[in-house]
Amino acid sequence: MAKNGLLIQYDWCTGCHACEVACKQEHNFPVGMCGIKVNELVSKAPDKVYVDYTVAVTRFCDLCAERVKGKDVPACVKHCQATCIKYGPLAALVKEQEKQPRTSLFAPK
Amino acid sequence: MAKSNDQKVLSTLWSAGCGSHGGCGCEIFVKNGKVTKVEGDCNHPWNQGRLCAKGLAIREYIYHPDRVLYPLKRVGKRGEGKWERITWDEAYDTIEKKLKDIREKHGAESVIFCQGTGRDIGGPITFLMYAYGSPNWVQVGLAGHACYTPRLGAMFATHGNYTVADCSQFLEKRYNSKEWTPPKYIIIWAQNPAAGCHDGFYGHWIIDCMKRGSKLITIDPRSTWFSTRSEVHLQNRPGTDGAIALGMLNVIINEGIYDKKFVEKWCYGFSELKKRVQEYSPEKVEKISGVPANLLRKAARLYAKNKPSAIQWGEPVDAMPAGSVVAQAITQLWSITGNIDVPGGNVIAKNSHGVTTYPFSSAELTDLYGADLVKRLNEKRIGANDYPMIKNFRGWVQPDVLIKQMETGKPYPVKAAWIQTSNILGGQAADPKRHYEAMKKLDFIVAVDLFQNPTTMALADIFLPAATIAEKESFRTWWQPLGVSVKAIKGLGAVKSDWEINLEMAKRLSTTPIKYKNVREVIDERLSAGKTNFEKLKAKGCWEFPPKNDPSRPYYRYERGLLRKDGKPGFDTPTGKVELYATKYKEWGLDPLPYYEEPKESPVATKNLAKEYPLILTTGRRSPVFFHSEHRMIPWLRELDPVPVAEINDEVAESLGIKNGDWVYVENTHGKIKMKAKASPICPPEVVSVPHGWWLPETDGTAPNLFSTWDHNVNNLTSMGNQGKSGFGGTNYRSGLCRVYKVEGGKE
Repeated sequence: MAKNGLLIQYDWCTGCHACEVACKQEHNFPVGMCGIKVNELVSKAPDKVYVDYTVAVTRFCDLCAERVKGKDVPACVKHCQATCIKYGPLAALVKEQEKQPRTSLFAPK
Repeated sequence: MAKSNDQKVLSTLWSAGCGSHGGCGCEIFVKNGKVTKVEGDCNHPWNQGRLCAKGLAIREYIYHPDRVLYPLKRVGKRGEGKWERITWDEAYDTIEKKLKDIREKHGAESVIFCQGTGRDIGGPITFLMYAYGSPNWVQVGLAGHACYTPRLGAMFATHGNYTVADCSQFLEKRYNSKEWTPPKYIIIWAQNPAAGCHDGFYGHWIIDCMKRGSKLITIDPRSTWFSTRSEVHLQNRPGTDGAIALGMLNVIINEGIYDKKFVEKWCYGFSELKKRVQEYSPEKVEKISGVPANLLRKAARLYAKNKPSAIQWGEPVDAMPAGSVVAQAITQLWSITGNIDVPGGNVIAKNSHGVTTYPFSSAELTDLYGADLVKRLNEKRIGANDYPMIKNFRGWVQPDVLIKQMETGKPYPVKAAWIQTSNILGGQAADPKRHYEAMKKLDFIVAVDLFQNPTTMALADIFLPAATIAEKESFRTWWQPLGVSVKAIKGLGAVKSDWEINLEMAKRLSTTPIKYKNVREVIDERLSAGKTNFEKLKAKGCWEFPPKNDPSRPYYRYERGLLRKDGKPGFDTPTGKVELYATKYKEWGLDPLPYYEEPKESPVATKNLAKEYPLILTTGRRSPVFFHSEHRMIPWLRELDPVPVAEINDEVAESLGIKNGDWVYVENTHGKIKMKAKASPICPPEVVSVPHGWWLPETDGTAPNLFSTWDHNVNNLTSMGNQGKSGFGGTNYRSGLCRVYKVEGGKE
């Protein structure tokens, strides 16, 4: 079976933290532990100050194994308010990445 | 983890739990009577499956160990934190007796009914207040009433209705609707839409539009995610937004790039406006605001030449020195460019099906409660006689007048307060110490809330426990669709919904009989205006858009005769046109045309003070994981925003010997508060940005500490009594002077 992963179009990430809380709720993670993490990235460039967010998927991400048995997508994918996380077969996501600027790919263990 | 066999209840969020102005469709998963999970509803057009951090943490809110689940009476002194559990009957009996005694001795007007902005509060609190007979509905301490009301008033005066940026939210098929087109440009004016759903606008609709081609212009002193992605960023000095708006009008009018046909046919007072804006050349605006004249020109041209374009604005507009004037100038931008009620412009926002859940204007109050009552009550409404705009536009008390009246007892004393959904001392009120001193002296105070907070601890005599969104029935229009909230679980302990509490209390206090047996009857009667009822809406998945040709459906309603009561084409204003020269403002004794007013305290207005306090303090930076002063006790959310943070420019911080993460004092002439410093180029050199509503639920709640509110609530640095000429705006929430220095030893 093809292995699935997450494609994160982080250029669209607004830093709203919905993915983090969706993940915590789904897995009942305690404080201090999460499957996904949003970080602010401020760059002081010659023309202006850039405010971006990067998204890290942690070792605790299981791509919502329980959820995706049905029709559901992972909790972070569903609730991302900027709809910038995609779930699917890694091979397809890599292809997609060729068309999508500023994206990162997460492959689970 | 919720299993697929859990029961799934569809509902509409509108606080309590998610905080916020709500509107999201949600799925509440229930197992054995317990909420296991809350998710977004993919079939709901508002959020289309998504949910914010606050919505996703509702379970922690419902089952939080600190939630108050039974009525309490205070048994020690105010602030001692000594409470005793009582029954609802005892609570109601006590309140009934006290409030009836006060009404008999001092008149119903001596009781104020205080709300914040959470939950479905506008409906139930006005219901109870009018039943009791008081005219005094208030957001206590909200200086200059600086939260949407000035903007609403300006829109009401200019075009007789309210508008919002059109992100297809009035159409069932949303972005796939044939009649909709994305705005070519969206001006984001003084807001971080990603942090929530301000004024009933789901912030990420902006991102949805960007993905469909909308470009951005951002007006904000700080650099943000939005300014990063904007074609133009006007980084103005805080408090100068009025000058920006007037400068843009100047460019658009003088360069002849306004919508001439629309102005000729549908606008009144263009030549007067043209004359007025000559005073605001881009060069003059540059001197005031710090925004380069050419950048201002560029923004004005992009907005005017690319139709349709929309403006999405935020609360700082209300807090400008003349909030209702700044708002007026901005409404004129979308008016003269013909961007009003067109797809992708600023669409006229009417409550779905004509159903009012939360009355905004005097007109809506009159529809619900009758002209006689509203008129009679207006005579004694606090501040109404001082400010014609306050008297005639909306049913609120003017908060700056109220605090004086509480202190002086003139023209009549305030004796009691019913506080519901409002943390006055811990977030809502400017100068909370002054409010604390004044309110401590009231004879009787009831608080209806879900958690103890600085206000309930300091002031309440009786605490009534309110239900979360999952534990109650309610209904919602703001603006569309028409929706209902469905009760998913039995309330914990003895909690009741705000509507239940207020209906039951109204039955005891009303001077005329209340005809409703239960809350469902109230809801169904109000929904009948939309030819539907609770069960019908629930069966449909909790929401419904208005039928074809309903006046609450867009677009071009001014052409189709759907805005005026007489059915004629035009706008619902005295002249039937968009009033660039606002006859309503004139009638209210105000300048009918916009002008710029400098903040009372600024590097320009108070040069000497600025030597001592060289930085500009702008407060109220929104956190995406909190709603105002809520949620600090929710572990999943607090983890993401653990301490109150003052943003200060990195180079300025270095020159002051302040490092990232140092504890600092932010101080001005009113006092000082402790914040953790974030040294970052996000802030321009002259600006310090501080969030509002911080208190620490994990610390001692009794007086004097009151959950550390005096240490961290930035409103301790703000003051009352600066209201603008209209009674609206003119606070120092967004622009005052301050200095920042390290706390000795860098410890808290």
